[in-house]
Amino acid sequence: MEVRVQNIRKEFGRYPALEDVSLDIRSGELIALLGPSGSGKTTLLRLIAGLESPTEGTIFFGNEDASQKSVQQRNIGFVFQHYALFRHMTVLDNISFGLKVRPANRRPPAAEIRRRALDLLELVQLSGLEKRYPAQLSGGQRQRVALARAMAVEPNVLLLDEPFGALDAQVRKELRKWLREIHDRTGHTTVFVTHDQEEALELADRVVVMSKGAIEQVGTPDDIYDHPVSPFVYGFIGQSNCLDVTLAGGEIWFEDRPIGLRAANEPDGPATLYFRPHDIELLDGCGGCLAGLVTASRRVAGTRHLEVSLGGTQPSVEIELPPERASSTDHSRVAFRPTRWKLYREASDVAAASVQAQTSAIELAPTGT
Amino acid sequence: MALRARMRWRLRQPSVVPGFGLALGVTLTWLTLIVLIPISGLLWRSSGLGWGNFMALAFDERTVNALTISFGTAFAAALVNLAFGVILAWVLVRYRFPGKRVIDAMVDLPFALPTAVAGIALTTLYAPNGWIGSLLEPLGIRIAFTPAGIVVALVFVGLPFVVRTVQPVMEEIDKEVEEAAATLGANRLQTITRVLLPGLLPAGLTGFALAFARGVGEYGSVIFIAGNLPYVSEIAPLLIVIRLEEFNYAAATAIATVMLFLSFLMLLVINTIQSWSRRRYSNGA
Repeated sequence: MEVRVQNIRKEFGRYPALEDVSLDIRSGELIALLGPSGSGKTTLLRLIAGLESPTEGTIFFGNEDASQKSVQQRNIGFVFQHYALFRHMTVLDNISFGLKVRPANRRPPAAEIRRRALDLLELVQLSGLEKRYPAQLSGGQRQRVALARAMAVEPNVLLLDEPFGALDAQVRKELRKWLREIHDRTGHTTVFVTHDQEEALELADRVVVMSKGAIEQVGTPDDIYDHPVSPFVYGFIGQSNCLDVTLAGGEIWFEDRPIGLRAANEPDGPATLYFRPHDIELLDGCGGCLAGLVTASRRVAGTRHLEVSLGGTQPSVEIELPPERASSTDHSRVAFRPTRWKLYREASDVAAASVQAQTSAIELAPTGT
Repeated sequence: MALRARMRWRLRQPSVVPGFGLALGVTLTWLTLIVLIPISGLLWRSSGLGWGNFMALAFDERTVNALTISFGTAFAAALVNLAFGVILAWVLVRYRFPGKRVIDAMVDLPFALPTAVAGIALTTLYAPNGWIGSLLEPLGIRIAFTPAGIVVALVFVGLPFVVRTVQPVMEEIDKEVEEAAATLGANRLQTITRVLLPGLLPAGLTGFALAFARGVGEYGSVIFIAGNLPYVSEIAPLLIVIRLEEFNYAAATAIATVMLFLSFLMLLVINTIQSWSRRRYSNGA
């Protein structure tokens, strides 16, 4: 079922948690709410669930105004970070709870409830554990039970609050893949909250990046990574470097010299240059480049991360190179130039908030708007 | 040899906490002095009676009546305490209201108050000419000087047990569990009866057992309100004292032994239920 959030505002006391948030969630979509803690992502999820009520605004399930309905009436499935299983009930009783508490006229017969619970148990790959108690399960298994329990009521929308937050890295990865499979099989409209960008980018059809109670950007993982619309998104998703630069005559200047990047149609003035550590090229000579001293170098899996001090008051930047190219650069000067980059300007700098970058040297890496 | 080695290992598992030998030694000595020697003395005395004698004394009609009243009223009082103790704990845990701290502190009052004082106060209130008793008198209800009076006194002294055992468990109930029940469509009543109360069962049983045990042994507060009519409202501890005052030590030990045995049996049953339910859903989320 599609879910539309319209101009939602939520205040806790006087503290605004969400300000004028609107979001359309398509039917059957797997969507991630991503943001740092305090960004309002969990609040938005709980508002959709009906566990909180909005200060202003409406939420539609399909064409129905759900904001007037209680949690119980909304028929949603909610999965909590810490599972929130009923620990005095067996796994089977946990899963069938949602069906058993229905009023008699809507409750399926006992045999049917049992059959559906066992089916779900099979779906979450826990067949044979129906008589166990939650205390006898591992964290990953508990979260699977929680998901099966949420799906048992045939929810309009499945809401997951940091579902893998309490699990260790290995189990997380596994469950992530598995959740994607389950979603593809069952087709429930699913919204999940996470602060883990990797999880969001890997799992979701679309990602909603939130910050300070507002939505920064909504888009596919590719959109979000390749075309971040704000410095916040650029900085929050993936690794990034930012440098204070100056524009003069369509050239980008760093400190006292041009760095060989052009922003032809930009008015002069200060700006901030963003680029990712792996989007750079090493240069031999330096006629317009960034140059600095390598202060540290770390091997991370298949790449080598170099920390480069550019001198002056600027913070050092990090670049990533294939290990064989980086070996000769330890504790020496390197010259490089970003191949994909983006300029952001403060509203006070110029009227245009941001400039999309074109690469200067390498043709195959246009960033485009 | 192998067996001995295994026994040793079972007795003392390797641990980073030192002083096992010393701690166990102190514990056993202490228990022996305080509990085991007096109880074995009791059993020793009663075993000197001979089986026939013992049975005759223990199943004397007045004794049986006193025992029935003692255990029956203690059981009833513990039940009342279970119900109201859970509600009281709920109010203390869930709501914020002025005077909450005071009420929280008042719960412990029955621990501290001399039981005789409680007994006299309750008698004054519930006697046919007391504040509450005079209201109930026209309705034909008599509390003081009947077994109902004993229950009232035992409810008073047993009040803290259920509250204090249930309260910490209730505080730990995750709000998320209730929210989970709500998202699954359970209304408030279903959430309470199917989700919250079953989770409180082990703690509730502990409180019940403690209140019950306390009620069986209670003497000070009961003797004032009970009226102490033989066969009607005479409790077993009082009968023991009466027998002692008659220098009938044999009868006193016999009653005491039966009480000891029954108490032990009931606590054993309650503890078994409790460990069974605790095993099922402890340390899990």
